[in-house]
Amino acid sequence: MTEGLQGPAPEERPQPSGRRNAQGIRIDPEMEAVHDPRRTALSALVQNEPGVLAKISGLVSRRQFNIESLTVGTTTNPETSRVTLVIEEPEPGIRQVEKQLEKLVNVISVRELGDDAIRRELVVLKVHGEEPDKVNAITDMYGGETLDAGPRTITVQITGDEQKIDDAIDAFRQFGIRELARTGQTALARGEEWTTHAEEERYERTQVRQ
Amino acid sequence: MSEGQQPPRTGEPERAEPETAEATEASERPVTSGAESVARALERTDVETLFGVQGGAIMPVYDALYDSPLDHVTMAHEQGAAHAADAFGIVSGEPGICLATSGPGATNLVTGLADASMDSDPLVALTGQVPSTMVGTDAFQETDTTGVTNPVTKENYFAGDADSVGDTVGEAFALADAGRQGPTLVDLPKDITTGSTDSEPAAGTTPETYDPPERADSEAVETAAGVLARADKPVILAGGGVIKGEACAELREFATEYGIPVVTTMPAVGAFPEDHELAMEMAGMHGTGYANMAITHCDAMFAVGTRFDDRLTGGVETFAPEAEIIHADIDAAEISKNVAADYPLLGEASVVIEQVHGAMADERAADMAATGERFQEWVEQCQQWQTDYPMDYPMDEDDPLKPQFVVETVDTATDDDTIVTTGVGQHQMWAVQYWTYTEPRTWVSSHGLGTMGYGLPSAIGARFAADDDQSVVCFDGDGSFLMTLQELAVAVRENLDITVFILNNEAVGMVRQWQDSFHGGRRMASEYPWVPDFAALAEAFGARGFRMEGHDEVADVIEDALAYDGPSVVDAFIDPTEDVYPMVPSGGANGQFVLAEEQL
Ligand SMILES: Cc1ncc(C[n+]2csc(CCOP(=O)(O)OP(=O)(O)O)c2C)c(N)n1
Repeated sequence: MTEGLQGPAPEERPQPSGRRNAQGIRIDPEMEAVHDPRRTALSALVQNEPGVLAKISGLVSRRQFNIESLTVGTTTNPETSRVTLVIEEPEPGIRQVEKQLEKLVNVISVRELGDDAIRRELVVLKVHGEEPDKVNAITDMYGGETLDAGPRTITVQITGDEQKIDDAIDAFRQFGIRELARTGQTALARGEEWTTHAEEERYERTQVRQ
Repeated sequence: MSEGQQPPRTGEPERAEPETAEATEASERPVTSGAESVARALERTDVETLFGVQGGAIMPVYDALYDSPLDHVTMAHEQGAAHAADAFGIVSGEPGICLATSGPGATNLVTGLADASMDSDPLVALTGQVPSTMVGTDAFQETDTTGVTNPVTKENYFAGDADSVGDTVGEAFALADAGRQGPTLVDLPKDITTGSTDSEPAAGTTPETYDPPERADSEAVETAAGVLARADKPVILAGGGVIKGEACAELREFATEYGIPVVTTMPAVGAFPEDHELAMEMAGMHGTGYANMAITHCDAMFAVGTRFDDRLTGGVETFAPEAEIIHADIDAAEISKNVAADYPLLGEASVVIEQVHGAMADERAADMAATGERFQEWVEQCQQWQTDYPMDYPMDEDDPLKPQFVVETVDTATDDDTIVTTGVGQHQMWAVQYWTYTEPRTWVSSHGLGTMGYGLPSAIGARFAADDDQSVVCFDGDGSFLMTLQELAVAVRENLDITVFILNNEAVGMVRQWQDSFHGGRRMASEYPWVPDFAALAEAFGARGFRMEGHDEVADVIEDALAYDGPSVVDAFIDPTEDVYPMVPSGGANGQFVLAEEQL
């Protein structure tokens, strides 16, 4: 007859005093490392192939990333599209989204945009048309454009950064908003900076050829 | 025309066995259709065995395979085909290939694809699809296969035209094998495979956008090596990537030269010889006590090719809480996904281990007056834990049969290079705990997905990839075996020399154990007093069946079953009350593993 498993019981064993936080980061007692969620935009250059968008959105949804908006459109190169994702995640989560996206075979390059990036969004909203003058005044104030005006409804468009769109929507509330549609953010890096590395490389390659 | 409308078959046409000369000729026949191009792409790989099930939408591909020298194994169920191909990939290192028809054939593959995806096993699935003109109409046997398999494949393709379909298959194969291995799928609409083309597929290459790193940044390597060199209590945590990346030799050299204890994850079992004095064996939920003590108390961890699965880490808050973590992986997305890496090293496992090995040598010259004894005190501590927490089980001659004893006795009766496959449950844990693995690619199991039913089909796949003189045994549970036992028909037809040991406790034992431990013994739906007579069932299939009851029968039955040249099934009636320990309760601290139910 053999003995079976033995040894000191769990509570009798030495235990280290260190610990990690829920994000798996070793906690330096001097410097608690907890990361709060941060809102940021990622720009991904992807191949223009059927199913790419499904792969990206599937990835984002099955990994439960907190996504605020996702926009997509072609670039100057007909073979590629740009996807702009706005996410709100703690730091490790942002890096994860970036790396998971990069893993997709059809994704060419991914980059987090800096704070100074140029970000724009479009909203089309339809308000009740009882006070057209006031509606016009607000539209002008936000540099918008009236797209359709009828006896009962007025439809306008506003473009701008997210904050401006939020403010504009707030301002139009007084007329009673019947419906609205927002595009979500699309963005490019500011100035000479390239939005993704792949575009820079391609640009340089084509310049050399010319 | 759907399959249902086809005229009844009068008889099976005799398939002429292609002779070698003819076969070579056959592979040089001109490509005339998409399907021929697919067959040619498969012939261009080194893989000679395919696993699959026929059907309407995949029929053109099968028709092209009729003239091909490739060996096709018809499985009883597509899940079996996927698991067989998966095991083929694990054992051979080359992607296994499975085929299925559209709709139900494709959906039956999904479990196998998910399994391969979780374990980064190289696998290529080819599925038939309704003609492109009918896609989206809910046609007979139509499923959105690429949609369904998106989350469980590394990449999937919907073949768009006959001219490029062969290239696509070649790319799928190359991609399954490259970087971090994984499953890929090509969906083949029937009009594409029947479409005419004379396009010879090119040698398969990975797409340009796929560019896994080879060597880690050398500065990062130096820093990491410095951390290891200056540590007092380092461990190497070897993950499945060490085996997938063919880095076992590098691992062994490095660990033994510096005397660093090695802990493995479950997929890495066999990466480091378990009979070596530095081997702490497997860590995690049902890992050894000493492995779990070592990872809990280490101050530096060199983790290679692991994704820090929760079955390994327990709660991350208490995982290696004081260790600086050096994480080497080929997949950047694994870095800091579950456990933050202090020193990430991106690259191929074999290359990165060599890089760190080299940099350690420099470190040593610089500031360690060291030899292999640098970590001696720590190694002794680890060995003390081996003495404190031995892997042992209570056994009296008159006790009901102990499953651990069955595993140990089969291990003793077989060679070191014997391949073990398993189902999922208690038997899987006993098979990993009580067998001494010394070679990579001899442990074939479902780790990440934990798929019951994996055992028998994976034994079949492993048999095809194994050397002729290498034995293949499967430890299965009665529950797991019931899920895919129809594949016995295949084992018999192909006369495969495999031996299945069913550790029969008339229960889905692992569930029963958890119910006893965590649900007050309320055994809802976990007892199977109605399991069939497995030995008789095996005989009904044309295999050999054996029964095993007392401890005194074990050695003889094992000998007879192993000696039988063909598939045999041993129904081992084990102690139905036996539980798996040590155990780290899920989300618990590895160092707090319990040794018995009372300690929970
Ligand atoms: C396909 C599938 N269904 C359900 C489970 C949940 N499950 C995990 S272990 C287990 C028990 C397995 O029983 P058995 O195969 O008899 O092995 P034992 O634990 O008795 O050795 C079950 C039901 C699973 N892992 N896989």
